[in-house]
Amino acid sequence: MAAYERQRILLRFADLVEKHNDELAALETWDNGKPYEQAVNVEVPMFARLMRYYAGWADKIHGMTIPADGPFHVQTLHEPIGVCGQIIPWNFPLLMYAWKVGPALACGNTVVIKTAEQTPLSALYVTRLLHEAGLPPGALNVISGFGPTAGAALCRHMDVDKLAFTGSTETGKLILELSAKSNLKPVTLELGGKSPFIVCEDADIDSAVEMAHFALFFNQGQCCCAGSRTYVHEKVYDEFVEKAKARALKRSVGDPFKQGIEQGPQVDSEQFQKILRYIRSGVDSGATLETGGDQFGEKGYYIKPTVFSNVQDDMLIAQDEIFGPVQSILKYKTLDEVIKRANKSAYGLAAGIFTHNLDTANTLMRALRVGTVWINSFDTFDAAIPFGGYKQSGQGREKGEYSLKNYLQVKAVVTPVKNPAWL
Amino acid sequence: MAIESNGKKTEFSVMIPDVKFTKLFINGNFVDSVSGKTFETIDPRTGDPIARIAEGDTEDVDLAVKAAREAFDNGPWPRLPGQGRRRLMMKLADLIEQNVEEIAALEALEAGKLYSLLKNMDIPAAAETLRYYAGAADKIHGETLKMSRDLQGYTLCEPIGVVGVIIPWNYPCNLMFIKFAPALAAGCTVVVKPSEETSLSALFCAHLVKEAGFPDGVFNVVPGYGHTAGAAISSHMDIDKVTFTGSTKVGRLVMVAAAKSNLKPVSLELGGKNPLIVCDDADVETAATIVLLGSLWNKGELCVSSSRILIQEGIYEELSKKLVEKAQKWVVGDPFDPRTQQGPQVNQVQFDKILSYIELGKAEGATLLTGGKRCSERGFYIEPTIFTDVQDHMRIAKEEIFGPVISLMKFKTIEEAIKRANATTYGLAAGILTKDLNIANTVSRSIRAGSIWINCYAVFDRDCPYGGYKMSGFGRDLGMKALDQYLQVKAVVTPLYNSPWL
Repeated sequence: MAAYERQRILLRFADLVEKHNDELAALETWDNGKPYEQAVNVEVPMFARLMRYYAGWADKIHGMTIPADGPFHVQTLHEPIGVCGQIIPWNFPLLMYAWKVGPALACGNTVVIKTAEQTPLSALYVTRLLHEAGLPPGALNVISGFGPTAGAALCRHMDVDKLAFTGSTETGKLILELSAKSNLKPVTLELGGKSPFIVCEDADIDSAVEMAHFALFFNQGQCCCAGSRTYVHEKVYDEFVEKAKARALKRSVGDPFKQGIEQGPQVDSEQFQKILRYIRSGVDSGATLETGGDQFGEKGYYIKPTVFSNVQDDMLIAQDEIFGPVQSILKYKTLDEVIKRANKSAYGLAAGIFTHNLDTANTLMRALRVGTVWINSFDTFDAAIPFGGYKQSGQGREKGEYSLKNYLQVKAVVTPVKNPAWL
Repeated sequence: MAIESNGKKTEFSVMIPDVKFTKLFINGNFVDSVSGKTFETIDPRTGDPIARIAEGDTEDVDLAVKAAREAFDNGPWPRLPGQGRRRLMMKLADLIEQNVEEIAALEALEAGKLYSLLKNMDIPAAAETLRYYAGAADKIHGETLKMSRDLQGYTLCEPIGVVGVIIPWNYPCNLMFIKFAPALAAGCTVVVKPSEETSLSALFCAHLVKEAGFPDGVFNVVPGYGHTAGAAISSHMDIDKVTFTGSTKVGRLVMVAAAKSNLKPVSLELGGKNPLIVCDDADVETAATIVLLGSLWNKGELCVSSSRILIQEGIYEELSKKLVEKAQKWVVGDPFDPRTQQGPQVNQVQFDKILSYIELGKAEGATLLTGGKRCSERGFYIEPTIFTDVQDHMRIAKEEIFGPVISLMKFKTIEEAIKRANATTYGLAAGILTKDLNIANTVSRSIRAGSIWINCYAVFDRDCPYGGYKMSGFGRDLGMKALDQYLQVKAVVTPLYNSPWL
């Protein structure tokens, strides 16, 4: 069908999602545990927004005509890559679906998507809406299942042309391996992170504390780009730690369907146990437990908002991705030092910088080896902004015009031209 | 040919809408002109008046520009993120589609264009163009740059400001949308002057703009004459950019006025004397259809109309015969009649001009194969007319006629065809009909024109840039390139210290 038709389908889909906003949000909260207010006011509307963004690209996908060194007419066609296998995680089920399905379909591909076994429900619901919007059967297929079975099958499949994965670095490596061993399908990976949040000496402490708090604790700490190493300049360190502790104590934890709740439960027992283990390791390795440190309440997977100070780079809690509500505060003296320490990580997903100083901002933004730098902000995820990792945080970019590259093949077409009037 | 001259008078339902909007649309309101003057718009089927419309002049343009300036400098429109502008533009597209019949009828009435084509093709295309640019609003990118020293450099693509849009009468709605859609997507505000021949559809769309919820002042319409309202726009000191589609003669005036006033950037889509080259390996039946449509589409009132048909000598006779056959079956009649293929010319002036070119052609020595006369007592209907043995030096081969007149010219070799195709001050479009890959590639690169159609003609697409070479104008409409016309590029530079890479 013409690209315009694809656009219309995606636009109708966005309208339908808006119509079912509240139901979808409730489903998402129930499956994942994130506060309902977040799902209903932010995430489901963001889903519709993303679909509209990609719909707008569908009829604007351009190749090039290219000057050759001799009398040739050269054009590149950007063709749909084919059947796209997509494997998404449980931390933002709907948004992760949008980041993947949106560009894949806009580029004219067909998709087989495997959702996380922890959160299969919202994908099934929206997929039905997508078909109601007119998507032809077979263009999008959703498999609910487990990684080692369904996920691996997709990676190994000889007839899948492309694989896109978001999840842990450990699994990402398996994905790459399986893809290489089967049919060399190109792979994009969005993996883990241990993103530094750098508070400079000129920072407004109250804003910095709030932003750092949000950067770590958002979504129960279950964000690949969580600001999980909070580097604070020694001049403002003590005040910062005091206020960070107070803010964590104020964080409201409870049933995500209740109004005013900031933090729901962790997604499952496995994550819950893992986080508690890391907390114990933090205590054991000598970090100062400022607040929190264990389960919240009796039932479910709720963890108290936890803050460690006096964290050292070589501690496990400063190196491994915890994926939970555990903030680690580290002290630094100079810009050069914090740059080195921030970059000394196997990961490179994101970073936050908190400063008013123009030169500091410019220096840090260039020096940090990460895919996204947020200056005086965090987790700004507009549809047009590309997102992805350096180093073991992944390869490739999602969102924005950059995401289209993942779902297109480039074909060069060359014909000789007789008597060209120009070259 | 003409329905009436076939001797059959048939019934068809004519949906003539009430004319609801005849005033200027400024700052979100329909208002009378400052002078209180009005002008008549004519029904070309009969020559009778349809309605009186408020006539805008310099003072009205001033008011519109003030409103657009305020809306740009201080209003929400440019401050909305791209997706905010997108939302309103999509809403407008929906409203256009919901009101397609009324808009189509207004345009058929004023311009003599075919109602069924307007309803099924032209007006929906205008809505689709709007959606195309709505989807582009959040995709306007600058670049970060590779500076050769310790510098951070990037470009911002900013909306240029208040845009003046001056459009002609042959595709009133389509041309208006083609221009204002990218301007709005970019964050600009606009002042539109529709042609005095065809103001009604623009004013109706203004009503829909208001209904869609656009902030006041973002979109303004000042109907009036070129030498008054149009000139006021071209020479306005507070308009940042003007885009014009119309004749080369008037395009020149617009450019001069822009230069003499505030040096506002100008883009011009002007006339053409477009060659359609038919090689002797072309299929005659297909070629005949393409040639006829290329030349008679929209009663020849098309800037890209194929007004010079260069036919290779091998198929010249056969193709000419076929063309005459088809032209004689071509149905000329009331544009509201679904069987009609050609409505009346837009007005008396055009009508007289075309007939005088036909006389000129005869006088210059071209051979009239068919047509050449008016079709009926009333209205501005002209028979599809074909001249053969047309020579390059004849005025009918050089000047834009803008009517249903086809000029057939013979050529021997492709090289000759290319030379003759390029021997014009115009450079808007060209077509080549051939099965041969090499000829297609060579010709498409050799002809100095903005659109080359291979084995088709007059094919437009939202994603495909369109515009002229030489005296057919400059600047491109349609496609993502069109956005550039409504953007300023600002470079921002800061020194860097200790950057790990440069």
